[in-house]
Amino acid sequence: MRDVVIVGVGQTKFGEHWEKSLRALAVEAGLKAIEDAGIYSKDIEAIYGGNMSAGSTTFQDHIGPLLADFTGLAINRIPAIRIENGSASGAAAFHEGFLAVASGNYDTVLVGGVEKLTDVSMEEITEVLSGEVDREWELFNGATLASLAGLMARRYMVEYNTKREQIALMPVLSHKHGSLNPYAQFKNTIKVEDVLKSTMVADPLTMLDCAPVSDGASAVILTTMENAKKWRKDGIVKVKASSVASDYIALQSRENITRFDSTVEAARKAYKMAGLEPKDISLVEIHDAYSIFGLIALEDLGFFKKGTAGKYLEEGYGNLDSRLPINPSGGLKAKGHPVGATGVGQIVEATLQLRKEADKRQVPDPKNALTLNIGGSGGSSIVHIMEVVK
Amino acid sequence: MVGIVTYGSYIPRFRIKVEEIARVWGEDPEDIKNGLYIYSKSVPGPDEDTATISVESLRNAMARKKPSGVGAIYVGSESHPYAVKPTATIVAEATGFAPEITAADYEFACKAGTAAMQTVMGMVKSGMIKEGVAIGADTSQGAPGDALEYSAAAGGTAFVIGNENVIAEIKATYSITTDTPDFWRREGQDYPRHGGRFTGEPAYFRHVLDASRKMMEIMKTKPEDYTYAVFHQPNGKFPSRAAKTLGFKESQIKQGLIVPYIGNTYSGSMITGLSAILDISKPGDRILAVSFGSGAGSDAFHIEITKEIENYKKENAQSVWSQIERSKFIDYAYYAKFKRKIKMGE
Repeated sequence: MRDVVIVGVGQTKFGEHWEKSLRALAVEAGLKAIEDAGIYSKDIEAIYGGNMSAGSTTFQDHIGPLLADFTGLAINRIPAIRIENGSASGAAAFHEGFLAVASGNYDTVLVGGVEKLTDVSMEEITEVLSGEVDREWELFNGATLASLAGLMARRYMVEYNTKREQIALMPVLSHKHGSLNPYAQFKNTIKVEDVLKSTMVADPLTMLDCAPVSDGASAVILTTMENAKKWRKDGIVKVKASSVASDYIALQSRENITRFDSTVEAARKAYKMAGLEPKDISLVEIHDAYSIFGLIALEDLGFFKKGTAGKYLEEGYGNLDSRLPINPSGGLKAKGHPVGATGVGQIVEATLQLRKEADKRQVPDPKNALTLNIGGSGGSSIVHIMEVVK
Repeated sequence: MVGIVTYGSYIPRFRIKVEEIARVWGEDPEDIKNGLYIYSKSVPGPDEDTATISVESLRNAMARKKPSGVGAIYVGSESHPYAVKPTATIVAEATGFAPEITAADYEFACKAGTAAMQTVMGMVKSGMIKEGVAIGADTSQGAPGDALEYSAAAGGTAFVIGNENVIAEIKATYSITTDTPDFWRREGQDYPRHGGRFTGEPAYFRHVLDASRKMMEIMKTKPEDYTYAVFHQPNGKFPSRAAKTLGFKESQIKQGLIVPYIGNTYSGSMITGLSAILDISKPGDRILAVSFGSGAGSDAFHIEITKEIENYKKENAQSVWSQIERSKFIDYAYYAKFKRKIKMGE
């Protein structure tokens, strides 16, 4: 396989974009990525777009060609394909783009993720977003994604004797970093007691344990090392690993609900592909759609032993200057969670960090970065590892 | 000089507390109180509607000063008792202004009352009429269990607007109007629907802040040039945040911020706050008054109190704050009965 390089990134602010449509958001991020790469639209040979719910929220399907059209690429008649993989749609699109370049089929592709959720009511959004768990076996019996996360949190607390306060450290950390990110939906810092006092969503998780509903778009340009060296003098970020794994979609089928087996497997394959171990990773962007997901993911990625993530967060792990900076972007909780854009957004953040362009939230001298995008309650996990070349 | 000749308000005496509504729906009242900054809301009695509230308001205005040449009555509301047949005709008859008068009903969500004020101002300025009545009143609807149920209240205010012996000169008015679907009720529907968080930034704040800023730009004024400011009050949080964003202090908005105790009286909301300010105003006081109506638009008014207010008989009618204090708290069962939420037999 050929080396695959991220040569350009672009993103919109995540949040409530009342006056921007799905296509406007996608175009904004896509054009920024093209501009950042310093290339022309004629250089792009294919588009892979991650999106979960456009058909349900805006009744717009067939969005691959739509995005090609509105980014001015339809005239080139290039392939433009939409990828749906629940909350992991963005990273899934990136994986497809990676394979396309690595295989030699295309030299340069645009990978984007976009979601427009605020056009419909909160009830409709809850229904639509719960579509990424097992509708027949979980939803029809009264579960929502939030309630499944609540069950996981409760079991985790029992199994590992974890304090509620330790779980609350995850959103506290994400908000701390989000406050430094101009693209973040929330820029307020919060305390553990704010999380505990916040409105109950699914016991023991409160509103501040849960990522918000967001609009937004992210995009990257992938190309070959040869092209990248022509187009960029520095800031060349290589994709060291791209790995996808699945698990039983419904919680009841799993051996253990305090673990994401899809994450464990995707991480194992990614470390092998990159020739790295958890201790070698400079920073991580993890999928903290719910605070408990963050703790479980950190353990499944091999950074901490099972049941100890809360203790490490208490000790200050996760801060920008710590041994393992976690979610420097603000994560899904504070940067926002525009579902299809989330996974690509994590990779945009990793790239900015590795290019040392992350301004106030810059992690000191990172060599590499790992991103984890999760679908549903862990039905799928996608891990990417990026490394700065020069 | 066009301005307010006399004014009067009416707030039904019945109240229901946030705790009582929250109890029925299993909600945490502290969440609601912190989120909306509303403690209780007014409830119309079983024999009260927009027509009776409008009449009471105008009678209170007339008790303070008898108008001398009313040629028009406009009633703004989103809860007119009839879909077809005006509230304004009932008001005109009940207050003795019929039949030699023009009258009509207005609807623009929560700012229908201020739209009526602007119409009357124009008619007075053009010389079409000597004086005119503009009323904003509502017995607003909130679906059971909906967030609106905590705020949808009843009340109203009437202004007689003319160009002689005015107690408050309306020096300028400015409006912002866009097609913004943040809140609506279709023909035949019992309860309105709303766009949740969409009712905030793109609706209330955009219109209220734009209208306020433009009004100050036109008048070459700054927040500190006003003695008082009053904004539409769908809840306590929105007007407080709007005031803070614009640079007004709490002391400037406190007198007119009535929503925490009586809820959102819709077409009566901002203007009843303005009425509470007029209750204590002195010559030379300046007031910035800005309404908001969903759908959406804002009307801003720059008002200056004249010396005429010194001879004005405010005491002939109850002040807004004394009407707020004149309260009788009811439980949800009485509330359901008064609001006709109980399905009766044939």
